[in-house]
Amino acid sequence: MTRATLLALASAIGLAGGISAFTLTAAGAKPVNYKLPDETSQFKPGPNLDVVKNNCTACHSADYIQTQPRGPKFKKDFWQAEVNKMIKVYGAPIEEADIGKIVDYLTATY
Amino acid sequence: MLDRREMMKRVGAGLAFGAISGLNPLKAFAANTVTLPFDNGERPLVKYPQKRVMIGLTSRPPQLETPFSVFNESVITPNDAFFVRYHLADIPLNIDPDTFTIEVKGKVDHPLKLSLKDLKKMKATEIVAVNQCSGNSRGLSNPRVAGGQSGNGAMGNARWRGVPLKAVLDQAGVQTGAKQVVFGGMDGPVSDKTPDFAKALDLDHARDGEVMLAYLMNGRDLPILNGFPVRLVVPGYYGTYWVKHLNEITVIDSVFDNFWMKTAYRIPDNACACVEPGTAPKATVPINKFNVRSFITNVADGAKVRSGGKLLKGIAFDGGTGIKEVAVSIDGGKTWKNARLGRNYGKYSFREWRVPVKLAAGPHELKVRATSNGGQVQPAEATWNPAGYMRNVIETVRVTAA
Repeated sequence: MTRATLLALASAIGLAGGISAFTLTAAGAKPVNYKLPDETSQFKPGPNLDVVKNNCTACHSADYIQTQPRGPKFKKDFWQAEVNKMIKVYGAPIEEADIGKIVDYLTATY
Repeated sequence: MLDRREMMKRVGAGLAFGAISGLNPLKAFAANTVTLPFDNGERPLVKYPQKRVMIGLTSRPPQLETPFSVFNESVITPNDAFFVRYHLADIPLNIDPDTFTIEVKGKVDHPLKLSLKDLKKMKATEIVAVNQCSGNSRGLSNPRVAGGQSGNGAMGNARWRGVPLKAVLDQAGVQTGAKQVVFGGMDGPVSDKTPDFAKALDLDHARDGEVMLAYLMNGRDLPILNGFPVRLVVPGYYGTYWVKHLNEITVIDSVFDNFWMKTAYRIPDNACACVEPGTAPKATVPINKFNVRSFITNVADGAKVRSGGKLLKGIAFDGGTGIKEVAVSIDGGKTWKNARLGRNYGKYSFREWRVPVKLAAGPHELKVRATSNGGQVQPAEATWNPAGYMRNVIETVRVTAA
């Protein structure tokens, strides 16, 4: 296989395209331009989904929510505490009117 | 550019997955999942540049867990399998090591701006050291707690090469009255209302000669997601202190009290760093050294094995006193047999162990228990704290021999 074919094949299958000018040698670090893979996790359908997307996705992907523990102890109080933490600790600019909607979505959906 | 041989390897890896997936790797990887051993533990297997297929915890910011089988391959965790943990989503994706600098400032006589070249001109040291996430194994907390729901793969052991922080601080000239050193990296928050990630060490710790500014990991540049071009290495301490993309070192004459030191990454202020499950601690301190842990790496939980002789092997480590003894039980902890320890790569490294056992036909509860040179022994029952940090219970692997 020629090098050009290899390159074409590699980028066709999406592997080599992720990073350019990367070298594995220890001698001299080269500039790195890193491309993260596309985000695949999505919010589950549920009430007020648009409000949730508008408020949560600026800072983190949906899998932050998806992977949290489930069960009776992880319902409204849990999600209320998480949303409060996002506002008070991480400074999320969530409008007062949206807080309840987000908590309702999280409680009903996860 | 990738060299030809590396390209062949990557293409080969891609084709292997392509064959399963109909030549659409990213989608296919998302469709391939593993299930960690706790409720809601299903995770996608994901492929990132510079990384092999890893367990995906979150994608923005990226958090990747090492598949546990990697720990059976070698005592050193390969760079492309090393776990990834970020807090904030504005991570540096375009880094030019020629223009990169580390600023040393604050209570110092000579503020510095060190380039990577400057660092590489200084006398280098090497250390093999485990990096482990404070919340490694959090998903196994019982009762469960909020946070990154990791299995046991948020840890790794690498050979780090770089410059002792002490040498850099000495060059800058730390002033009388200095108390702590604060570390900041190039990664940051998306919103300026979010507290930027920064961590601090006491001055004596920072100047112990072991804390290092590492620019090589297992003899190569650090992968971007592990902190290229320079990260702080704090041997024996949890990963939260190992600041990635390190570009700011500030000497202060007070105790640093940002969110990441004062509120987050705190543990109960007692010997076990634990409280009664479901309760809150009265007093807390910043998380610090690892407790002692050990794992069986060559038999997975639930495995069916051949009855008769079996060589069990695995790893053990602690926060820097080194491993004194590893014992294994094949009868659920009733009787124990000492394992033989492998080569010693230093007191901060994984220590391999192996022990031959005889498994009669039927079910067995295999357990492994490490004791550190400091006299710490893994507990038989899991301890608990509200953040799900520092799990180190004696691990149990259930197998059936036939």
